[in-house]
Amino acid sequence: MSIQVQNISKSYNKIKAIDAISFEVNDGELFGLIGPDGAGKTTIFRILTTLLLANEGSASVAGFDIVKDYKAIRNSVGYMPGKFSLYQDLSVEENLKFFAAIFGTTIEENYDLIKDIYIQIEPYKTRRARALSGGMKQKLALCCALIHKPKVLFLDEPTTGVDPVSRKEFWEMLKRLQQKGITILVSTPYMDEAALCDRIALIQKGSILKIDEPRNIIKDYQKIIYDVKAKNRHQLILDLKKYPSQYSVFAFGEYIHYIDKNEDFNAADLDNYLKKQLHTEIEIRISNPTIEDVFMDL
Amino acid sequence: MKRFIGFVTKEFYHIFRDKRTMFILFGMPIAQIMLFGFAITNEINNVNIAILDKSKDNETQKIINKIGASNYFKINQEITNENQIESVFKKGKVKAVLVFEKDFIKNMQTSKQAKVQVITDATDPNVANTISNYVNSILQNYTQEINKNNTTSHQIQTQIQLYYNPELKSVFTFVPGVMTIILMLVSAMMTSISITREKELGTMEVLLVSPLKPFQVIIGKVFPYIFLSIINATIILLLGFFVFKMPVEGNLFLLAFESILFITTALSLGILISTVSHSQQTAMMLSLMGLMLPIIILSGFIFPVSSMPLPLQIISNIIPAKWFIIIIKAILLKGATLNVIWKETLILIGMTVFFIAVSVKKYKIRLE
Repeated sequence: MSIQVQNISKSYNKIKAIDAISFEVNDGELFGLIGPDGAGKTTIFRILTTLLLANEGSASVAGFDIVKDYKAIRNSVGYMPGKFSLYQDLSVEENLKFFAAIFGTTIEENYDLIKDIYIQIEPYKTRRARALSGGMKQKLALCCALIHKPKVLFLDEPTTGVDPVSRKEFWEMLKRLQQKGITILVSTPYMDEAALCDRIALIQKGSILKIDEPRNIIKDYQKIIYDVKAKNRHQLILDLKKYPSQYSVFAFGEYIHYIDKNEDFNAADLDNYLKKQLHTEIEIRISNPTIEDVFMDL
Repeated sequence: MKRFIGFVTKEFYHIFRDKRTMFILFGMPIAQIMLFGFAITNEINNVNIAILDKSKDNETQKIINKIGASNYFKINQEITNENQIESVFKKGKVKAVLVFEKDFIKNMQTSKQAKVQVITDATDPNVANTISNYVNSILQNYTQEINKNNTTSHQIQTQIQLYYNPELKSVFTFVPGVMTIILMLVSAMMTSISITREKELGTMEVLLVSPLKPFQVIIGKVFPYIFLSIINATIILLLGFFVFKMPVEGNLFLLAFESILFITTALSLGILISTVSHSQQTAMMLSLMGLMLPIIILSGFIFPVSSMPLPLQIISNIIPAKWFIIIIKAILLKGATLNVIWKETLILIGMTVFFIAVSVKKYKIRLE
């Protein structure tokens, strides 16, 4: 077991940031903490990386207790904070060299681990980190977090503020790292990224709502979701919310996701209702649930 | 050791790449010392002086004419006896009184040494000093002239007497003072800012989750500034010595030792500030308000401690700069050795140990 968390709670000035959280991450697993901003993801990361002390509960990382053996943990994990935390006035190469030095290693020693990633930013190695794009900054930060060959990698919202293409690349890199035997705990507010994890924990307001494999979470979802579309999107949301048997209505991409309370719901009834409300170009179809749907319903 | 070198290299990159840091480090000391230096060593022009000529002979008349003919002095009045000296000074009309001894010409010809006494009003010590220097050089000039045509040499001895502030206490205080300010600023402010910058940018988070121990981070942060501060102290002393003719009477090794001691005190204070502040701005305000102002006002740099009200005199004791200014003045001006300034040295050592102990205790191994 790479990470073991038992009933961890943490409050800031009597406001509970996380409340009795427990979960486990297996060796070599890519585990995702999925939840909106303010759910307590960063607090969990900081507690596990020994930066904060929990008020209650216990946890271990790579077999070390987070309070007693904090020094050992600091030696064996890689941490990439949510905020870009490299030296902006140092070049790409200097940043990497610095992190290699403070972990008592060299770039050459662990080059094979970062090679795939570093090769992409190597053309800019003399550029100051300040001048890098969001995606390149994240790649550099990942290299710096990996340079000492950590057993466990903590990535706090690594793809926030990164373009979709770079995000996709980033996740491919994580998959490859996982194959090299590194356990990865990653957090993200993007539900679409959740499906790429081995297992995920859905977090909201400091509590874990559900832990499972992404596909099981979707499979377990009982309700039927309808994609609804019409010309006047805004009015459509308002009208759907007025429909007597509506359970939930929320925007999802170009469609509106609609869930009904009744099991014997008939899409034709809804179609008639919307026509009466003078909607045009109406489209209603059954949708495949996603993690986001599950999350919205929790 | 490799970790330490890596860390220090990084610190030097930060320093050399930040124009503001470089300016504070090297532009400011030079600017400050020049400003203070030239503001204090002002030229004198048409200073009113009085003459007390007890001899009234040809020679004294020639000398008086020569002095009166220079642009520097204007002979305001002639007085007839010594009792008047005090009263002309009190009226504030003249800045100096020249007293020619009785039988001036006779002494000059027989004993080859005649005496002129220069009495200056030293309430403004710089002016007083300049006046006596100028009078001296005019007299020397004069003796050279008369000696040219003579086989035997005549001498006029000037006797300088300073009224009201006989030790000329504030002359040359600016070099030790500026040096103290600069060392404090560079060491305390720059270290505290550079440590809080890591907190502010979030890099401290990454440093904490690394095998670096707190003392390694602190020493790595402090080391470049010790190095740069020593360079700074040297620049200031060289400027003082060459540009402003600052005397260096004491032992250079002792001077170096005391300077390094004070740099260490300032650095430990900087670390202490960084442990209590979370942003660069707080650190800067704390350094400026908490360090600079007391140094300027209470250290005796500008206002003599002895003329402060008692409560302030007591408070001034907790300011490290006060002790350093005493030490460095004693070394530079009086050539003091360690057995004179051991007390002040011990106080500085004590303060340093205290600051370091508190910082180590307050240094956080975690985020909050």
